[in-house]
Parts: sequence; structure tokens; C-alpha cells
Amino acid sequence: MMEAFDPAAVGWARAQFALTAMYHWMFVPLTLGLSCLLAFFETFYFRTGNPEWKRITRFWMRLFAVNFAIGIATGLILEFQFGTNWSHYSWMVGDIFGAPLAIEVLFAFFLEATFFAVMFFGWERVSPRFHLFSTWMVAIGSSLSALWILVANAWMQHPVGMTFNPDLARFEMQDIGALITSPAAVTHFLHATSSSFVLSALFVLSVCSWYLLKGRHPRLAVRSILVASVFGLLSSLLVILSGDQAAYDAARFQPMKLAAMEGLYQGEQPAGLVVFGLLNPDKQPGDDRPTFRHPLHLPFLLSLLANHRLDSFVPGIDDLLYGNPEQGIEGVAEKMARGREALAFLSRYRQARQHGDAEAAALNLEAFRQIEDRLGFAYLNHPEEAVPHVPTLFYGFHVMVALGFLFPLIFLLYLALAYRGRLSRHRWLLRFGLLLVPLGFAASQLGWVVTEMGRQPWAIQNILPVHVAQSSLAATTVQSTFFIFLALLTLLFIAELRIMLNQIRIGPEEEKR
Amino acid sequence: MTLDHFQLQQLWWVLLSLVGALLLAMTFVQGGQTLLWTTTRGEQERTLVVNALGRKWELTFTLLVLFGGAFFAAFPRFYAVSFGGAYWLWMLILITFVLQGVSFEFRNKAGNLFGPRGYEGFLFLNGSLGLLALGAAVGTLFTGGSFVIDGSGRMSWGTPLHGLEALLTPYNVILGLALVLTARVLGALYLIQAIEAPNLTERLRESAWKNLLAALPLILFLLLRWHGMTGYGYAADGAIVAVAGKYLDNLIALGLFGIGFAAIGLALLAGGTGMARFTPVRGGVWLAAAGALLFGLALFLVCGLNETAFYPSLLDPAASLTIRNASSSRYTLAVMAWAALSVPLILGYVAYVWRLMGARPLVADEVKNDPHHSY
Ligand code: HDD
Ligand code: HEM
Ligand code: HEM
Repeated sequence: MMEAFDPAAVGWARAQFALTAMYHWMFVPLTLGLSCLLAFFETFYFRTGNPEWKRITRFWMRLFAVNFAIGIATGLILEFQFGTNWSHYSWMVGDIFGAPLAIEVLFAFFLEATFFAVMFFGWERVSPRFHLFSTWMVAIGSSLSALWILVANAWMQHPVGMTFNPDLARFEMQDIGALITSPAAVTHFLHATSSSFVLSALFVLSVCSWYLLKGRHPRLAVRSILVASVFGLLSSLLVILSGDQAAYDAARFQPMKLAAMEGLYQGEQPAGLVVFGLLNPDKQPGDDRPTFRHPLHLPFLLSLLANHRLDSFVPGIDDLLYGNPEQGIEGVAEKMARGREALAFLSRYRQARQHGDAEAAALNLEAFRQIEDRLGFAYLNHPEEAVPHVPTLFYGFHVMVALGFLFPLIFLLYLALAYRGRLSRHRWLLRFGLLLVPLGFAASQLGWVVTEMGRQPWAIQNILPVHVAQSSLAATTVQSTFFIFLALLTLLFIAELRIMLNQIRIGPEEEKR
Repeated sequence: MTLDHFQLQQLWWVLLSLVGALLLAMTFVQGGQTLLWTTTRGEQERTLVVNALGRKWELTFTLLVLFGGAFFAAFPRFYAVSFGGAYWLWMLILITFVLQGVSFEFRNKAGNLFGPRGYEGFLFLNGSLGLLALGAAVGTLFTGGSFVIDGSGRMSWGTPLHGLEALLTPYNVILGLALVLTARVLGALYLIQAIEAPNLTERLRESAWKNLLAALPLILFLLLRWHGMTGYGYAADGAIVAVAGKYLDNLIALGLFGIGFAAIGLALLAGGTGMARFTPVRGGVWLAAAGALLFGLALFLVCGLNETAFYPSLLDPAASLTIRNASSSRYTLAVMAWAALSVPLILGYVAYVWRLMGARPLVADEVKNDPHHSY
């Protein structure tokens, strides 16, 4: 297992995953949120019989459909990429990781695929009641798919419910309940879906602001804004709550990620929070340079956030990297040494098995089991590798959180003004409203960047480093497919964008007389 | 009732075979896409065909995703070896399906960058090249792949073509071509049933029959080729060794599920198509699709059951993948078997919605009257 890995191939495979995932995530949040909004709009139509709600539903449904199609197309690449680019990963953890993916298809994708056709084409073919039911099924199906894929992803952040099989050199699932109810899974699911609801509410606000600026379709715009801002406001609160929980989880399961997100090098007790600050570009782990220029520092807050206790210790990057015996923290170098021991026991166990020496096999297995939780560290080459890229995490996290507190205020403002019928008078707000889509996307993409980059160098936290997870492919091969996907997805994205803008320009259908 | 590991492995091979066979029956979407340019006349007919297929394409697509996902969960070693090794072959397939994914929705929209013909081209590519490659990939379940696996489970591939070599093996190409032609038969039959457009229907009836006549010899060739073709299986001592005529043996050994399904399947496929050609019946597609399903089942079962290596290694027969050595743990297979209990429910609601939406055939007016919610 210790053969030389091609770092360039890992780099391209990572870039390819990031590229395709980020493209997928351009469309997924809108699918998640718009499908709920469609269900609300159509429910109002069903209840009131007011054709204006039908027009509203049908208008947003057209935008939804364009987005949905490309969401599906991009998802396909991600699914198969685990096999193509991360084939060793697929073998090492397929026993665990494959299950939620397959269950997702069974429980969620078929719902979405079946009922989308009814929702979009079935207006004249099924009863209004069944049509409404179908629209709800699409909404439920897409949230269910988020649930299962996030169970899978959360497991990579915080692996639970499995054991290492020394004969096959792979991990095997022992308890699927533990995967589903893992706190990381619950939190990530709530945060990813609620933030997607926020993003789609922002999308509705942006489109409607444009209509109001142009003086077009004011009735549709105001009604859509009313529903979307209530939805967005409630979702924003859930975003903040689940985001707080996510940080609390990170403190327990991925303390290095948390330390990097907060730019905390030396652990503190109690630990304060840097709300704003510029990172010192020369700062390295282990040196005495100051971390920040012009920090705005609030005492106690980080202890509270990370441990929910005001006076608690929060370890910094240096503590986690070099160890801190006082706090009982083992450094990465020691973990690597233990990992290599574990690997040695494992190979002696294997040899003993081959030679039919049952006693030696049992002894070595026993010794291996004592320290198997360090196995992954055997594959690191330098302790410093265990530190993720601090600036990306620090700035990414802080921008996301700042936007997370801004959005509810905006929803509140839109709600109040729309409710009183004054929105059209506040053109500055409407103009700012056009920016909401890019801001929402920025927050949402940064969320994933923080989550995924913060997990580095691990593909599966503390268990499988990224470079071990990859396929045995030449760097040029993976590089070629990277550029193929870059070209393909970018062209399709441009097409999608132009179609969306055209559809928005065309606007809702004329009222039938 | 508890099943042991080997029973679960067999169960999962049967379930995967079912998904694969359903996928085969549902390739009428791809087949229909290739008819778009050859069998329709004029914009109106093309739009009708696109809309009729556009109501179903996601089901086929989702079946493909399920096929991949279920392989991942049940036989992760195959997922790792085939996708990571036959890299370019799968990439080719993937890319054509990505293109398909947007084409129905984008084709008729203002500002779509490639124009309607562009997206029709993508659909054609998916139905032709995409299916051909998919068929060749299925062919490699019989003809094998160039992989070795080291002691820690890491796989490496032996050819620089990384999977494209599958397209140089006649057996795989013929399987691919047979798949494309069968899909065209099914596509034409589906459209006959789904659309009300008399002139088009006449051409479709003709087309279904011609494609069947082209497909049958290829299918028969594949079956006959099994006579004497080497497969790999377990010897008495547990080693994996080459066995001449392995697939033919399996076909016969599986009885009703082998030779029975294959024969009934072919008869139904031909019968359904014949009905469409020689009678005014519109429902031939149901018979033909059931036939394709049965035939597909026989094909997959033959390649994995009866102690057969379902993915032979051309470089190291001992590394060949079988349902025993490529599978997930007993626990995972059991969990997945529970999840699979949802399959009847899914088939139930898919069938219900299908009937509801297909209660009357699609006519040109329906598309014209609702341009906002059609393709
Ligand atoms: C939080 C939500 C979420 C996340 C993190 C992901 N997806 Fe996704 N995916 C969806 C939410 C979603 C969705 C909203 O449910 C989509 C978009 C359009 C659709 O039909 O379903 C979808 C579509 C979709 C499809 C097409 C489904 C079909 O056949 O209809 C596939 C194969 C995947 N995804 C696979 C993945 C993989 C392998 C991911 C991660 C590595 C991933 N998705 C991340
Ligand atoms: C759709 C939202 C997602 C986005 C935007 C996203 C983003 C990223 C990014 C930016 C990387 C590269 C990190 C780096 O190499 O520095 C990455 C890697 C990766 N992600 Fe995600 N991700 C998403 C969802 C997921 C999910 C749901 C899973 C698993 C189920 C997943 C699994 C992986 C894997 C296996 C890698 C490659 C190994 C690695 O670099 O760690 N991702 N992703
Ligand atoms: C006060 C506000 C917010 C807080 C405290 C917060 C906190 C967090 C944390 C700690 C993570 C990393 C989880 C981990 O890797 O362990 C995260 C991820 C993420 N955030 Fe936020 N966030 C906030 C606002 C937002 C907003 C406004 C959006 C988008 C509209 C958003 C979208 C995301 C996404 C998509 C992820 C990745 C998915 C996941 O890991 O669940 N967040 N957030």
C-alpha cells in the first residue's frame, strides 16, 4: 500500500471533483428551494381557485424545469466519478458509502423523475388534486435526495458505524442507523437544505425586483415576494441555528477544521472569536508571528460556540499539530508513528495468515486493533500536511456567516415593504436586490469550500488521505477529462444562463380572458 | 428468515440483473432519439416525438443511475475496477448522457446556444454512440477487462486505451449494435403507441420491423458465439479458471431462467414488432418490451450466476470478479435487501402515473396549445 502516488494525478482528480461538484451545486440549491415554493404556490391556487396563483406557479415552474434538467445532468458525473477517479476509495469504503447512494436513487430520484413529468406536462391530463400531490412529491423527493447524499458526505466528515476488515483491507458497515442518526448527518442535512431554501428565496427576490424596476408584472412580483420572503426568513433562522450546530460538530469531530476556520493557531482558554481581521500572510504553524492584522476580537465567544461553555479550552492549529500534553492532545507526528506501527502489525498479521500461523495472526491482529484508529496517519508524509489551507477556510467561513446574518434582514425589509405595498418606491432596494443571487451563491459555494477544504488532507476524516483514495491513472488522463468537463459544463452552463434570462424576459403567460 | 452471505450475493445479482433488464427495456428512449432524424418529416412531427420521449427520458436515466449505484453498494469491487480501469469507455458513455440530460429541455428554448438541430444532434449521439458504448461495456462482462489487483486491493489497468479497447472486440461491438437496433425497435413501437399522427405511425411501423430484421441476426450470433466461448468459473479447489463454453453451459443450466427467458424473450420481441407491422394494433410495445426484459434478464443471469466470473481479468484469471469476491459485506447486502423491498412500491407508482399520463395519445394540438409547458 505504500507505493508512490502521483501527486499531479491527485491534484487533477481533486480539481475535477471540485469543478463538477461546484457546477452541480449551482443548480441543486435552486431545485431544492424552488420545488418547495412551487408546492406553496400551487397549494394556494388549489385552496383559493384564484388563477393568478396558477400563473405564478406555472411561471416559476418553467424556470425550475430548465434548472432541474442541468442539475440532473451534472449529478450523473458526480455519481460515477467515485468509481472513475476515486476507485481505491470505492473499494476501501464502498461497503459503507455505496448504500446511501443507492438508497438515494430508490427513495428519492424515482420520486423526482416520475412526478416531475406529471407536474410539468400533466396540467390537462390529471386532476388538480393529483397535480398538486405530484408537485409536493417533487419537493419531498428532492429534499429526500439531499438527505441521503448528505448522510454519505457527513460520514466522510465524521465516519461512524463501521469496522476495518483486515483480510480484505477495507472498511465494512456495521450499523446503518449510526450513519443516518450521526449528529454530523443531521446537521449537514438541515444546514444544506435550509441554506438552499434561502438561496432560492433570494432568486425569487432578484427576479421580482427586476420586474418591479421595469414596471412589469407587478402583481406576480409582489405576491411571489411575499411568499418567498416569509420562506426565506424562516429558513434563514434555521440556517443560523444549524450553522451554529455545524461549528459545534466541527469542534468535536474535526477540531483542525474549526481551528483553521477561526484562524486560531495557539489554543486558548477561554477562547475569543475574531469577527473580522486580515490574516498575516507570513504566519506559519509553530512560529510566534501574530496571526492577524487589525483583528476585531470578542472574548469568550469561540469557547461558547465550539463547546457551548464560556470558560472551555479550544485547541489551536499548533496544539493539534505538535501536541499539547496538558490538554491531552496527541500531536500529528506521534499519530503518524502509531499509524505506521498499526500498518506493521497489519502486514505481520497478513503474513502469519498466509503461513497458517494462527497464533501469531491473532496476536498481531490484537495489537493492530489497539491502535487501528491511527491507521490513516500512516500515509501522511509530513505532519504539516494535516493542516488545511487556513486563508481559504478563514475568509470563506467569515464571508458565509456575515451573509448569513445579512439575509434575514433583507427578507424582513422586503416583507415589510411588500406587505405595505411600498416596495416599488424603494428603487435602491430593488437595485440592490439584483445582487442577491450572486451573494446567495457566494455563501452557498463557500459553505462547501469550507466543508470540503477543511477536511483536507483527508478524503475520510482521519481514515483515508485523499492521495490514497484515487485511481491508478496517469495525471494526463485525469487532466484531459478535467478539461473536457470544464468545456462541456461551461458551455452547458452558458446555454442554461441564456435560456433562464430569456425565460425571465418573456415573463409569465398572458392572462387567459 | 435469514439469508447467508452467498444467498444475499445471488439475490443481489438477480436484482442487478433485473435493473439491467429494465434499463434495456427502457432504452426505447434512446432508440426513439435516433429515429428523430430518420423517420420524422417536418418540424411538427419532430416536436411530437421529442415531447413523447421527453415524458419518459428521466426514468431511463434514473435507471442508469440506479444501475451504477446498486453496483456500487452491492459489488463495490466491480465499481472500483471497471469505472476506474475502463475509464475512457465510461467517460464516453457519461458524456453522451450528460448531453442527453439537457437536450429535451433546452432544444426549443430561445437563446439555447446550439440551436434545435444541435440538441437533436446530442440526442442522436446519445442514442447511437452512447448506447453502442454502453452495450460494449456490458459486453466486457463476458469478454473481460485488462486488470490486476495487488495484495492491498489496489487495481491497475493493463492497456493505455483504458477501456476503449472494448470497442475493438467484435463480440462487444456486435452486442453494442444489437442494443442500438433493439432500442430503435422499441423506440418506434413506443412512439406508435404514444402519438396520434397517422403518417408518422405508418413510417414507424415500417421502421420497427426493419430494425428488428437487422437486430435478430446479431442477437442470434451472440447466442451462438457462446458455443465454445471461454468463460471463467470456480474449479473444485476454489481457484478461478478458464472454462470453454461456460456461458452456453450456464444458459442451459439455468433452465427456464436461462434458455427459457432468452427464447420467450426473443419470441415476444419479434411478436410485438410483427403485430405492429402487420396489424393495426398500437400496443405492440408492451409485448416487445416484456420480451426485451426477459432476454436481458437471461443475459445478465447467465453472466453472473452458476459460479461464473462476471468480470474476467484478461491478465490474471485469479483476479477475475465473481459475486463472491466482489461483493459487499453480508450486513450491507442485507440492509440493501431491506431497501430493495421498496422496489414493488416504486414500480407501482411509476406504472400508475404512466397509465394516468398515457390515457390518451399525444397529438400535435396539445403541444401547440401549451407551448410553455412542453418541449
Ligand atoms: C443537498 C443536495 C445535494 C447534494 C449535496 C448532491 N446532490 Fe445530486 N441531486 C440533488 C441534490 C444533491 C437533487 C436536488 O435532488 C437533484 C438535482 C436535480 C434532481 O433531479 O435531483 C440531484 C441530481 C443528481 C443526480 C441525477 C438524478 C436523477 O437520475 O434524476 C445524480 C446522479 C446525483 N445528483 C448524484 C450526486 C452525487 C454523487 C453527489 C455528491 C457527491 C451529489 N449528487 C450531491
Ligand atoms: C454539491 C455540493 C458539493 C460541493 C460544492 C463540493 C465541493 C468540493 C470541493 C471544492 C472539493 C475539493 C476539495 C479539495 O480538494 O481541496 C471536493 C472534494 C471532494 N468531495 Fe465534495 N462537494 C460537494 C458535495 C460532496 C458530497 C455530497 C460528497 C460525498 C457524498 C463529496 C465528496 C467529495 C470527495 C470524495 C472529494 C474528493 C476528495 C477530496 O478532495 O477530499 N462532496 N468537493
Ligand atoms: C450565520 C450563519 C451561518 C453559520 C454560522 C454557518 C456555519 C457553517 C459551518 C460551520 C459549516 C461547515 C460545516 C462543517 O464542515 O463541519 C457550514 C457549511 C455550509 N454552509 Fe453555512 N453557515 C451560515 C450561513 C450560511 C448561508 C447563508 C449559506 C447559503 C445560503 C450557507 C451555506 C452552507 C453550505 C452549502 C455549507 C456546506 C454544507 C454543509 O456542510 O452542511 N451557510 N456553514
